[in-house]
Amino acid sequence: METIAVLRRSDSRMKIVRTEQLVYEYQKYDDQGNPSEVTRAIDGVDLQVEQGQFIAVLGHNGSGKSTLAKHLNALLLPSGGTVWVEGKDTALDENLWDVRQTAGMVFQNPDNQIIANVVEEDVGFGPENMGVPTEEIWKRVDDSLKAVGMTAYRYHSPNKLSGGQKQRVAIAGVMAMKPKCIVLDEPTAMLDPNGRGEVIRTVRRLQKEEGITVILITHYMEEVTEADRVFVMDEGKIVMQGTPRQIFARVRELKHYRLDVPQVTELAYELQQAGVKLPDGILETEELVRELCRLR
Amino acid sequence: MIRDITIGQYYGTDSPIHRLDPRTKLAGTLLYLISLFIAGNIWCYLAATVFLFIVIRLSRVPVSYMVKGMKAIIFLLLLSVVFQLFLTKGTPLIDFWIIHISREGLTLAVFTAIRLVYLILGSNMMTLTTTPNGLTDGLEKSLGFLKKIKVPVHDISMMMSIALRFIPILIEETDKIMKAQMARGADFESGNLLQRVKNMVPLLVPLFISAFRRASDLAMAMEARCYRGDEGRTKMKPLKYQKRDAAAYAAVLGYFALVVTLQVCL
Amino acid sequence: MPITLKHVNYVYGQDTTTPVHALEDVNLEIRDGEFIGLMGHTGSGKSTLIQHLNGLIRPTSGEILYNGENIYGEGYSLKELRSKVGLVFQYPEHQLFETDVFSDVCFGPKNLKLPKEEVEKRAAEALEMVGLDESYYKLSPFELSGGQKRRVAIAGVLAMQPQVLILDEPTAGLDPVGRDEILGQVRRLHEEKGFTIILVSHSMEDLAVYARRLIVMSKGRVKFDGSPREVFAHFRELEEIGLAAPQVTYIVHALREAGFPIETDLITVREAKEAILKILKDV
Repeated sequence: METIAVLRRSDSRMKIVRTEQLVYEYQKYDDQGNPSEVTRAIDGVDLQVEQGQFIAVLGHNGSGKSTLAKHLNALLLPSGGTVWVEGKDTALDENLWDVRQTAGMVFQNPDNQIIANVVEEDVGFGPENMGVPTEEIWKRVDDSLKAVGMTAYRYHSPNKLSGGQKQRVAIAGVMAMKPKCIVLDEPTAMLDPNGRGEVIRTVRRLQKEEGITVILITHYMEEVTEADRVFVMDEGKIVMQGTPRQIFARVRELKHYRLDVPQVTELAYELQQAGVKLPDGILETEELVRELCRLR
Repeated sequence: MIRDITIGQYYGTDSPIHRLDPRTKLAGTLLYLISLFIAGNIWCYLAATVFLFIVIRLSRVPVSYMVKGMKAIIFLLLLSVVFQLFLTKGTPLIDFWIIHISREGLTLAVFTAIRLVYLILGSNMMTLTTTPNGLTDGLEKSLGFLKKIKVPVHDISMMMSIALRFIPILIEETDKIMKAQMARGADFESGNLLQRVKNMVPLLVPLFISAFRRASDLAMAMEARCYRGDEGRTKMKPLKYQKRDAAAYAAVLGYFALVVTLQVCL
Repeated sequence: MPITLKHVNYVYGQDTTTPVHALEDVNLEIRDGEFIGLMGHTGSGKSTLIQHLNGLIRPTSGEILYNGENIYGEGYSLKELRSKVGLVFQYPEHQLFETDVFSDVCFGPKNLKLPKEEVEKRAAEALEMVGLDESYYKLSPFELSGGQKRRVAIAGVLAMQPQVLILDEPTAGLDPVGRDEILGQVRRLHEEKGFTIILVSHSMEDLAVYARRLIVMSKGRVKFDGSPREVFAHFRELEEIGLAAPQVTYIVHALREAGFPIETDLITVREAKEAILKILKDV
């Protein structure tokens, strides 16, 4: 038995994030404040994320994807099952700060996560809380601002920035905590297309250049085409997983789960349905063009 | 309109004044304000003018920016000038119908105006050159002795700093909600007092709900970034007096002594 | 009732050193029964423009005519105008305030000082138009899903019985199904009830499907005004002002460049599919 436990622990250590049979339930109350029904927001989720990967979690509003994200940072604790972040059980008190430092979190609303009144001070907020020595904080702030391309705005007030810029500041704030993993909970939902592109490019660069594991929660399909692995959630369960190509090949299922596909994938799928011989899960315009020209 | 008020807003740039320790600026501002109340003759005001002018130049805050902030208090300024001008008795200068202006009244009015303007400019100088965080840090440190009697100085200063961050956001939001309700025929301008208060409900309910939502989001974001109060916390910008602070203290004290001397000796 | 904008300019911060020209010489004619898509990146002036249409912002210069009458003419009631030109803002959270859905929708007609029966009749009609039945009447608007909140917000404006309905990004933050529901609803309002619709959106794909006329704003000016097909043909220029055409447009252009004999003015997936099938069949 003991050896199994040891093996397990070493196994979970290899994964940056791992969940096993994760369940989260919460109590609903009626008008009189009496407990009425128990809602299961997450229902037996098994998830494994390797260090350095770019992971996307898709799902419509209310599918449980944000609840899942909050478990990876110990903002919520499981009602059942376990979450390990770098091998540390998030439910244990003594792991709390390590977990939060290892898996940083960026939220949806850019205004509601910037604490300080000056960009650079906000980026320094996390390291301050962690008790990092002053000189080291400055270095981290410099590095993080540079990594997200916001150095020029370091003395600015966050209120004067665009939505995309604010999210980049939020990302820098997390980077300054030197996390191994960043969890982004619908970071682009409130942004315009330009801001969305800005944020996704920044995140991609951090993953590629700094080796940060990225877990992106979203419902914009075009943001996930470059992911290493995609998970689709519905009613608290993981209902699909695979590479973007595998996922996007299943257009009908995606629509069933209230999701969209990029227009190029949709067009390819529609043509396929009409009898045109195209490969499954086309993600790029060039690919479709190449295939169609070949057919002619 | 409401957005043009620059009082309490930070003007982001880099200058010798910006770099001073917030405590130095707090103390300096306090001394400057006191000096304005001591000042009673033209020489004192001249000293105050020169001092303020130098500080403003050093701060690199554009004068136009400061003037814009003054607009909000113009009414107050006029009111006090008018009161001083007409209600001070003394050697008559103009005596016409019901208008009596005395020499003393005129002097007093001018001095009051200058005093008020300098008062605002002086305290603005502090808020324009100190980040709200710096300001609260300064207060936190200056009032640190209160911690001994269990006053949660850190929490209070954190609250102040967050409030300052969210005031502009909430002002903008108020504007948006007002417009959304006006598009549904709401009227915020007419009616008697009771009516007006009642008309505010469609504005206040969404505003409060939004504020609470922001508060809970922010609390979560702070937690996610390992915030746990004062305990074990380091500072990115710890307050440490530098040589320039000593110089600044010397300058302010010198100025203060000058004003006192001018007031007493002349 | 048509809305006409003549040489409309709007400048704010005039008393500061950096005045901003939010609208510059805007001339537009919005005719009855149109379905207009309004686009432009953040700060292009589109939000300012729609607030001019119902008198929430007064132009610095120029004229705005509703049904031929100057809305800033003497004795013109802006309150009445606002009931005719309904504007639904982006976030429903900014307008929902009552304890239940039905009372909230009643707020608009109540402000028009209508008798109680009429107010309730209109509210019920409006809720029906957005597809919310009686089971929703007594629910708190704050407990609804994002898509449902939107619909209550739209009903709140519809209850004033406007002729023109302006929607500012009604799908922001909704998932694809929620988005399709709202846009389908809007289309029905246009087709079945004859509303003039102005839809502000960032989604070129949605505008290509729903709008009949596109107005593109950039730097406070009307940059393009025409059918979606005409406007998206300028996709390179759109990119220069931070916008884009639907992905389909790029696909057909790429196909054409690769020697695939396809028309390049296709803007929806369905059109592209049919065109491609036809070409492949002809081979």
